[in-house]
Amino acid sequence: MNVTGAQVLFRALKQENVDTIFGFPGGAVLDIFDELFRSDIRHILVRHEQGAIHAADGYARVSGKVGVCLVTSGPGATNTVTGIANAFMDSIPVVVFTGQVPTPMIGGDAFQEVDITGITRPCTKHNVLVRRIEDLGRTVREAFYIARSGRPGPVLVDIPKDVTRAVIEEKDISWQPNISNNNNNGKYAFTPEACMKALDMIRKAERPLIISGGGVLLGKASEEFRTFAKKLHIPVTSTLMGLGGFPATDPLWLGMPGMHGTYYANMAISHCDLLIAIGVRFDDRVTSKLDAFAPHAKVIHIDIDPASIDKFVKAKASIVGDCKPILNFLNQYVSEKGFTIPEGQTREWLKQIDLWKEHAPLTYCRTGKTKPQHVVETLYRLTNGQAIITTEVGQNQMWAAQFYHFDYPNSFVSSGGLGTMGFGFPAAIGAQVARPDKLVVDIAGDGSIQMNIQELATAVNYNLPVKVVILNNGYLGMVRQWQELFYGKRYSHSDIANVPDFVKLAEAYGAVGLRATHPEEVESTLQQGLNEPGVVVMDFHVEPEEGVYPMVRPGAPLTEMVLSKEEKAA
Amino acid sequence: MLRKVREQEQTISILVNNQPGVLSRVAGVFGRHGYNIQSLCVAETTNPEISRITLTSESDPDFTEKIKKQLDKLVDVQEVIDLTGPAYMQRELMLIGVTIQQETISEIMRAIQMFNCRIVTMSPGYYILEATGHPDETAAVLGYFQPFGVKEINRTGAIAVNRKNPQRQM
Amino acid sequence: MTVRENTISILVNNKPDVLARIAGTFSGRGFNIESISANITRNPEITNIIITTIGDQETVIKLEKQLNKLVDVLEVRDLTDVSSAQREMILVRMKVTASNRDRFTQIVDIHSWKIVSTDADYCILEVTGDRQEIEDSLSLLETIGMEDFVRTGIVALKRCSPQQIG
Repeated sequence: MNVTGAQVLFRALKQENVDTIFGFPGGAVLDIFDELFRSDIRHILVRHEQGAIHAADGYARVSGKVGVCLVTSGPGATNTVTGIANAFMDSIPVVVFTGQVPTPMIGGDAFQEVDITGITRPCTKHNVLVRRIEDLGRTVREAFYIARSGRPGPVLVDIPKDVTRAVIEEKDISWQPNISNNNNNGKYAFTPEACMKALDMIRKAERPLIISGGGVLLGKASEEFRTFAKKLHIPVTSTLMGLGGFPATDPLWLGMPGMHGTYYANMAISHCDLLIAIGVRFDDRVTSKLDAFAPHAKVIHIDIDPASIDKFVKAKASIVGDCKPILNFLNQYVSEKGFTIPEGQTREWLKQIDLWKEHAPLTYCRTGKTKPQHVVETLYRLTNGQAIITTEVGQNQMWAAQFYHFDYPNSFVSSGGLGTMGFGFPAAIGAQVARPDKLVVDIAGDGSIQMNIQELATAVNYNLPVKVVILNNGYLGMVRQWQELFYGKRYSHSDIANVPDFVKLAEAYGAVGLRATHPEEVESTLQQGLNEPGVVVMDFHVEPEEGVYPMVRPGAPLTEMVLSKEEKAA
Repeated sequence: MLRKVREQEQTISILVNNQPGVLSRVAGVFGRHGYNIQSLCVAETTNPEISRITLTSESDPDFTEKIKKQLDKLVDVQEVIDLTGPAYMQRELMLIGVTIQQETISEIMRAIQMFNCRIVTMSPGYYILEATGHPDETAAVLGYFQPFGVKEINRTGAIAVNRKNPQRQM
Repeated sequence: MTVRENTISILVNNKPDVLARIAGTFSGRGFNIESISANITRNPEITNIIITTIGDQETVIKLEKQLNKLVDVLEVRDLTDVSSAQREMILVRMKVTASNRDRFTQIVDIHSWKIVSTDADYCILEVTGDRQEIEDSLSLLETIGMEDFVRTGIVALKRCSPQQIG
């Protein structure tokens, strides 16, 4: 029997158990969309390709599956580049299918032609242009395999139109992935010796601390991680990407470290004698001044990517591999072989951490206009901490990370590495598709939300009842904060007070719009918005010049924190 | 088994600014147009700011049209010269690691003389030989040594000079 | 740590784009390429790339890790400390005139270099050797009328057979 390239693609997708695609059609992918018409795979039609890639990204983060995105050649492909880079930085498994002009026309500057594999080479885990229909089935399967194996990441498959139209005998299709590189396939078998060395260091530690990151969530190892930390009674700080990997309501929890980390997390890093890093890559926003990072600590680094080990922070012991089996192995020693840190050895340390917590808890000044932190806190209370929260980038993101306390894995979806404004709302759409049973809230700023506002149409179209909470301060808030602190309050082009009427805008798209201009309206507005069955945009007019604190100046040691605006003024 | 240099193989020399990223850009042009680079050498020239890329690639009738013009458009490319054809001398260097046994040693030594090879290193039972010449010649040398037990080879890829016209860039 | 020239051997799938990926990894991650030579191995589906790069050992370890992440990379070996034969070749165009002919012939004889092509006034000389020998030859030839040269970059083989190393 003969099948077309488009049919081969869909068979491969079926083999990979794909049930949802986020996409946007165009000339080069007409044959694929024609096949999609007949397929039972769900397609979410976005309004801009950047929305499609971010939605696929959000879908992947929440479902733990590979997100899939399908766009046309040329501008369709280039519109996904920001989202691809975003997924690359945060190690999110997505497969992006781009249409391409027919093979004889490639390289000739044809209409809607762009060298998308050339463009995305440095920001994909892998990419490939499929020139022959014989290779299509296998290549698609390889793309999924590469995207999810080892350290996950985005893979782009560029398919010329003539390949989608070509016909092949069914028996001539090869489906078997053939990946010769063993380094990349997550085949790193960790050695028991490395684990024993780590355990030996843990046994001797007087001031141990765990820093966990996105790797714990990507490795689906938060259960194992909780067991590990709790059994050994070691305090935990998690990076932005790691939020939800450890319950924020647990007494061992120290909050987020780094530039906008808590006082006690940063103090703990700066004074610990053993730092157990699990699934982190030591971003500069976490370490700040490298020479002053964890100066007294021996470091145990557990990560699936050998390139992360010793990249910035030297590890005394390193375990390369998937953190789930590694933590299982370590937990076995704890539960079955009675491994423990000697009684009382860490007592002083835990006491010291409690003192730090008392000295400078995470807080803000509650008087005056509506405080954005108050909005997030109230949202946390009203949702019982059960919502999936996505964020945009900037102050809204930091306040969400600080004041919504994440107890569950995959409940915080945020652009960590790339810092992509406009990510949160389409990501929320993807998250809602993955989890129709959950409440999904995008915590946004008035700047970021306008970057992919067109996706309101998508959310309304598919009745994906995402709630958007806009912390509207009339500024590009984080830019303004840096200008306030480091550029003599010269607010160069960060004032966006001329924002649209978000209530009317929501209504224009067929969503519900609500507004709260005073502190006492915050709770009722949130309550009303959360009770609405459909898409809701809530516009909170907040204190325009509120800042995110604590703050470590870029390049300063973690111990040099400005705890509040008032302290800074003093 | 060694691939014979096919007729439609093209050798070109590209003079580029010695800048990071140049090789990636040049190699990207070939990938973009679906041509596999078969061999490639990059090394400095008398001018430390200029590097020379000599490469051979599979080609077809569109090759010059597509590749040369595209390469000429790259900002860091100074000159692209087609070195294919009888006017140009192409040579490469091949290292051949061959096992030596009591029974074969005299025959191997004769072959070394015959092909004008050099012995680069000798360890017990294993020589590394150096052969130079046109890629067809080095291929023939390798073919000759093959039955004695060739463990590893490594080739530079062809570099080329113009025999006739010294005014042209080598 | 000491900065030195390192020789890295990379086995890759012989596919379009692979060189661009390798070269992109160098430029994108801030590593330099001193010389590079690439050619297919005896298996035509696999290409061997030899790159020399300047840096300390730590840099080379980081580089190896990054290269290993590329899907089409099969193997990365640092040949710097492995006992290996490293050779390169230059083709040199010499202007030969009455004034330098004797000295030229003498030098070529002493070094047993090969003359691969001659013309009325020109001859093309082939010189092989390790990097140092090539550099020395170039300095010498410059003094006696070298017009131009083309260089291959380094290729390398381990000195012992793979079996002997085990």
